[in-house]
Amino acid sequence: MPKISLTINDKKIEAESGQTILEVAKENGIKIPTLCHDPRLEPYGACRVCLVEVEGARNFLPACATEIANGMVVKTNTIPLYKIRRTIVELLLSDHELSCVTCESAGQCQLQDLAYELGIEENRFEGERHTYTIEDYNPLIERDLNKCILCGRCVRICEEVQQDRIYTFANRGFDAVVTTPYDRSLIETKCELCGQCISTCPTGALTEKMSRYKGRIWEIEKVKTICPYCGCGCELELQVKDGEIVRVSSDVEGGINKGNTCAKGRFGYDFVNHPDRLTSPLVRKDGKLVEASWDEAIKTVADKFSRIKKRHGPDAIAGLSSAKCTNEENYLMQKFMRAVIGTNNIDHCARL
Amino acid sequence: MTNSIADIYKADVILVIGSNTTENHPIVALEMKRAVSDFAAEIIVIDPREIRLTEYAHTWLSQKPGTDVAVLNGLMNVIIGEGLEDKKFIENRTESYEELKKVVANYTPEEVEKISGIPADSLREAARLFASAKNGAIFYCMGITQHTTGTDNVLSIANLAMLTGNIGRPGTGVNPLRGQNNVQGACDMGALPGCISGYQNVCDSGIIDKCKDIWGVKLPKKPGLSITEMTDAALRGEVKAIYILGENPMLSDPDLSHVKKAFEKLDFLVVQDIFLTETAELADVVLPGVTFAEKDGTFTNTERRVQRVRRAITPVSNARPDWLIISDLAKAMGYDMDYTTVAEITKEIADITPTYGGITFERISGESVQWPCPDATHPGTPILHTEKFARGLGKFHTVEYRPPAEEPDKEYPFILTTGRLLYHFHTGTMTRHSMGLDEVCKEARVEINPEDAKKFKIKDDDWVELASRRGRVKVKACVTHRVPKGTIFVPFHFKESPINMLTNSALDPISKIPELKVCAVRVKKTRSK
Ligand code: SF4
Ligand code: SF4
Ligand code: SF4
Ligand code: FES
Repeated sequence: MPKISLTINDKKIEAESGQTILEVAKENGIKIPTLCHDPRLEPYGACRVCLVEVEGARNFLPACATEIANGMVVKTNTIPLYKIRRTIVELLLSDHELSCVTCESAGQCQLQDLAYELGIEENRFEGERHTYTIEDYNPLIERDLNKCILCGRCVRICEEVQQDRIYTFANRGFDAVVTTPYDRSLIETKCELCGQCISTCPTGALTEKMSRYKGRIWEIEKVKTICPYCGCGCELELQVKDGEIVRVSSDVEGGINKGNTCAKGRFGYDFVNHPDRLTSPLVRKDGKLVEASWDEAIKTVADKFSRIKKRHGPDAIAGLSSAKCTNEENYLMQKFMRAVIGTNNIDHCARL
Repeated sequence: MTNSIADIYKADVILVIGSNTTENHPIVALEMKRAVSDFAAEIIVIDPREIRLTEYAHTWLSQKPGTDVAVLNGLMNVIIGEGLEDKKFIENRTESYEELKKVVANYTPEEVEKISGIPADSLREAARLFASAKNGAIFYCMGITQHTTGTDNVLSIANLAMLTGNIGRPGTGVNPLRGQNNVQGACDMGALPGCISGYQNVCDSGIIDKCKDIWGVKLPKKPGLSITEMTDAALRGEVKAIYILGENPMLSDPDLSHVKKAFEKLDFLVVQDIFLTETAELADVVLPGVTFAEKDGTFTNTERRVQRVRRAITPVSNARPDWLIISDLAKAMGYDMDYTTVAEITKEIADITPTYGGITFERISGESVQWPCPDATHPGTPILHTEKFARGLGKFHTVEYRPPAEEPDKEYPFILTTGRLLYHFHTGTMTRHSMGLDEVCKEARVEINPEDAKKFKIKDDDWVELASRRGRVKVKACVTHRVPKGTIFVPFHFKESPINMLTNSALDPISKIPELKVCAVRVKKTRSK
């Protein structure tokens, strides 16, 4: 790729051609606010909060949808830009349910962050407000249109990435809304409940139902790990509060999945803290499985294996390892069967 | 996979056979869809069922279950017949081409239509499309392997890839999609009766010596038993004890009553798992292991990428990480298996396993690496066989079509095929304990074609009894065109409808994989569960 030189906020920058102003700014640590942008999606240029001044251009240009050019001189932080951003955000807030106190997205809401950055205290545009009922009765995805800023990210990610085309815009102007086919619950559509739309929504309009009141971003610790389900091996972020997984997200810059997951990866985590988890070793006594200490359980198994090995030879014992366990555990399991028991009778269930 | 998920979009034609990709490998499916929408690729789906991926496909061929070898040979018959093969690749990189040519000559599209039900002209068209690709990639899953002819199916796929020169470049390859998150790793690590980690043969004296050096024990020089052989040996009283780590064969294995009998015959059954599964209920000792969220380690995905698993929470209650349990057991049996951290095990794996030689815990904590990765400076291998095959030249294996072990007849007129659904995983140990997912999808339903349903007066949600020579199961009906006439489909996640009571345990002679995808059943409407 040929290199291009340009200036952003008086900083001279070399960048690969084909990139947008937003991408180059980010690479160089210059922050430009965005609302309708997601690196997983085609440039859209609708919300206009990313407008920048480009020398010689007649209008302000959206940084997310404008490619860099040689010799370009860009300013991202002038007073006129600040005023435009402020007006845009004020307008959005004028028809936005400001329930930040209990909103799941507080602390990771791009609208809230922008209002804060721009120091918006009161609303200049008091006027009519929508009140939508929240009634999508699928068990996984909460849709609260009162918090929707019509950025179209959910519509586009479902179309461009998941390619299910569940959402569309209906109506125009003040009554514009994001809807589903025949306004049905997601579960009655062809929606795959992947939650890609949640992952892209910049506000609290789309959230995880199961995570409701379980913990907000400043209370949780994010741990990067790998999905326990299929062989794709998606990278997940487990969001943990007080020793419990309360939400699963994924980093748009990480892993093979770049922020996307399927329903299993995103919503299939609560088995970890399920009350039916085995919490103590069990040993069968008089036909019944009863709780035992670790020492007793390990000793029972070790004694029995040793006895069988002595009487019938090592090949009378067999082991099955697990495709759900780690490499290290699988390695140890086969080593145990081979080196400790002395047999090659080791296999796994993964063919099934 | 010989190739990487990240290069799927470089394929011009993607052939998907025996993989319900959107439900079972959703993120790989995203890449396939992207290849179509953004890069004008074409998808060919070969699957008995009208799976969701067909919506994005150029062509869908519905074969009779268990006839894949005939279909693949048919594709090659057309390609060779019309001179569309990659002559240079065949010449430079392969051997035994003449033998292949001779065998596939008999599989004319008309012959294949008789066997598979795929119209001859559709087969021709698909063959031409695949051969026309500059880069053609083949993806498959359990729909290919879970047959008595599974090995033959896989060999046929390799033949097709070599015939069209689709090996060793981005956007090509023979790409098995691993069903469970660490099947690849379990195999790589030597949870196999014939190999230790890195597919090193247990009958090789060099390997036995190496193990003696590192493990301090001389290993027996003969392969052990595979899972299905274990149950048979248990029934014969030869195997007395089984130790099961994190698996639930009482729901996943074919012919469940046979498995149950085998486990009951054992002197001693140990199960280490996170829930009291159907299998654990039969155990003499149950050891509580932990979930992925409670441990450190590595998983290897379907594209051979070794990735870091990080502990997010401390083990619940008195449960323990599986690696600790195994080493405690070893110590109790007088073997010094003393690791203080998981990283030490990763190190030993690297020492003993050439393909993992450059994979250390520190490295994997910063980046993921695709094996083979022989040493610390090696960048890993995104694409296999770029210059040559492991054995040098790629050998065409001639494969003849053999029918499935059990075919429908008067008494059992339907073909039953099994599989998974988007919202559940394997035997449901994890997903059925995930409240949201289980609410979305609570019960098994048998997919049955409207014409068949009409014959038996079956409507949606009616209870149906399915019976094979091995057992019977009741399940609700889902009347749908997704399945062809004569074939029914049931997922195996649900203990309420344990469909593996019915499936056939007949094995592929080489891979020892049972024929879970085809057995003969009869269908009857019943009043209730
Ligand atoms: S969950 Fe996935 S399929 Fe459903 S609407 Fe959101 S993005 Fe689309
Ligand atoms: S629901 Fe969220 S992502 Fe969708 S348009 Fe509204 S604010 Fe944007
Ligand atoms: S998130 Fe879905 S696609 Fe990704 S690894 Fe998990 S189960 Fe597979
Ligand atoms: S982020 Fe650029 S226009 Fe919305």
